[in-house]
Amino acid sequence: MNKKQKKMLVRILIASALLIALYFAPFTGWLRFILYLVPYFIIGYDILIKAFKGIKNRQIFDESFLMAVATIGAIALALYDRSGDYTEAIAVMLFYQIGEWFQSYAVGKSRRNISELMDIRPDYANVDRDGQLEKVDPDEVEIGSIIVVQPGEKVPLDGVIVEGTSSLNTSALTGESIPRDANVGDEIISGCINLTGVLKIRTTKEFWDSTVSKILDLVENASSRKSKSENFITKFARVYTPAVCYAALALAILPPIVRMTAMGVPAEWGTWIYRALTFLVISCPCALVISIPLSFFAGIGGASNAGVLVKGSNYLEALAQTKLVVFDKTGTLTKGVFEVSGIHHNAIENEKLLEYAALAESASSHPISKSLQRAYGKAIDRSRVSDIQEISGNGITAMVDDTSVAIGNDKLMKSMGVQHIDCHHVGTIIHIALNGAYAGHIVISDIVKENSKEAIRSLKRSGIHKTIMLTGDAKKVAEQVAGELGVDEVYSELLPGDKVEKVEALLKQKSENEMLAFVGDGINDAPVLRRADIGIAMGAMGSDAAIEAADVVLMDDDPAQIAKAIRISRKCLRIVYENIVFAIGIKLLCLLLGALGIANMWLAIFADVGVMIIAVLNAIRALFVKKL
Amino acid sequence: MKKSYKIEVDCANCANKMEVAAQNTAGVKSASVNFMTLKMNVEFEEGQDPKQVMPEVLKNCKKVEDDCEIFF
Repeated sequence: MNKKQKKMLVRILIASALLIALYFAPFTGWLRFILYLVPYFIIGYDILIKAFKGIKNRQIFDESFLMAVATIGAIALALYDRSGDYTEAIAVMLFYQIGEWFQSYAVGKSRRNISELMDIRPDYANVDRDGQLEKVDPDEVEIGSIIVVQPGEKVPLDGVIVEGTSSLNTSALTGESIPRDANVGDEIISGCINLTGVLKIRTTKEFWDSTVSKILDLVENASSRKSKSENFITKFARVYTPAVCYAALALAILPPIVRMTAMGVPAEWGTWIYRALTFLVISCPCALVISIPLSFFAGIGGASNAGVLVKGSNYLEALAQTKLVVFDKTGTLTKGVFEVSGIHHNAIENEKLLEYAALAESASSHPISKSLQRAYGKAIDRSRVSDIQEISGNGITAMVDDTSVAIGNDKLMKSMGVQHIDCHHVGTIIHIALNGAYAGHIVISDIVKENSKEAIRSLKRSGIHKTIMLTGDAKKVAEQVAGELGVDEVYSELLPGDKVEKVEALLKQKSENEMLAFVGDGINDAPVLRRADIGIAMGAMGSDAAIEAADVVLMDDDPAQIAKAIRISRKCLRIVYENIVFAIGIKLLCLLLGALGIANMWLAIFADVGVMIIAVLNAIRALFVKKL
Repeated sequence: MKKSYKIEVDCANCANKMEVAAQNTAGVKSASVNFMTLKMNVEFEEGQDPKQVMPEVLKNCKKVEDDCEIFF
């Protein structure tokens, strides 16, 4: 509780005590009236002042004004009727203030809860200065500094381990509870907690550029991208309050006039004004205006704690409506770790062929090039390679020593007019031609991730209509993987540009309220991630490109997280709809009952404060996503 | 130019009103208020000095919601 909340609580307690005491006190007439004004002013003076300022600033439809009019009106009616029943007016003010107090407390609390969930911001870094450790703000550490992280401390900056081994708790980033091993030479990202050994790290990024800063920035700004439901509520609130106010005015004036003139019965001004006042109490849209953004905020907070970063409420909304999931194969459903599994029909010896292949591919960062370089196993002398040309989707031509090397798929061989030999093994086939003559092929195969099959199955269970796999890989490989995983459709042998076209075609086929999600590893499918309704990048720890391009970022590279992300979004959206229907429903019902004279001011208070409290509590449920 | 400011306001509807008030201030290109993180993001028009625009933004916000604060 902050100072303001404490002060308010004291006012609430004093006013309640006075109100109860006065209820049993035997005073009548003007003395009674004046005594009742004491708790009224204690609890409501600030509202009255605000209402007055509102009138001065021409903001008459704010809730302070409504509460002031409703309560002063009720007191005036009690005076006019000589009933001496001032309790109701004061209670209205009292409950209104209790509601406000609760709202401020609950929102403050959930704000803290959510930021605790995202408590990955490191407070300090231990910089090694000539053997002396110095505690400094992570902001002040320059790139290339050596920092020391003790067991139990958070890694403050991204870097590379230069000394020590340990295991890391990455759960704050990925939601994964099994610790990761960290050894010398490994890249390490900020936000992990060092568990066992002392680590010396050479930093590779400044703090503002480190993973931890990026994630915090992303999550904190997420709720400023507003969803359709939020925009609807904002618009609704703008219309709702004035509409109810005019309705109240009409209710106070029209029926008595009709009764007097047309029906010839007494006007009963008091009754109708009372009904109009209950209208005013119900008119505050706060339950809606608070609970919808709070639900989204809690949903995004809960998701980020589970390792799913959602960049905006609008994406959470779209994710819940996902019906089509399109996967990139390599690195998403498969590990993207290729291994050379065979060398066939070679004209020269294996090592020599691998050497040419590794050298020609030395400039490429494609996983296949990496695996060739790994299979070659020796240091690569780049000076031997010249004139490298990458033919997108086909392969590479280069000069190695004095030999012209063409390395790539069968399309490359065809375009160069080289007769190649097909392979009956499943995998990626890399053909090689030396000086324009066929020199054999290398078979490279990828490994399917353990969780991929389960991921596809659980997507199906969550009601995804169709799963589609796109790949640049050969048809045979693609179909074998798709069959193994149970993917519905496969499109293979696609160039990066074809993937965008394919996704665009799929976007055209589907109906408007079905969303298409594209899942990729974010390395070379940024254009597709942008084009899809929702771009999901996975395994993104430390990959800036993915965090930039995607709308949803899965910190872990476990494909099962996709179904989890969808379930989280659905739960959040269900809560949002519950709150919209519940709050608007109860309010309209109470307005109706109020107009008919069935609802009194107590029910009106419930419609305002009670609904708000229930909606806020319901919104906070969106935070709990662990068991989904 | 875009800048982010910390704000203080008690109710969500008031935050929405502040957003509209800030958007309608001269020199402000766009503004959004995030009630959950209590932040106001303001994008200023070309050549406008935030130091001169922000007091106006605060003045307009105070008009619609007396009980608010912007820290700049």
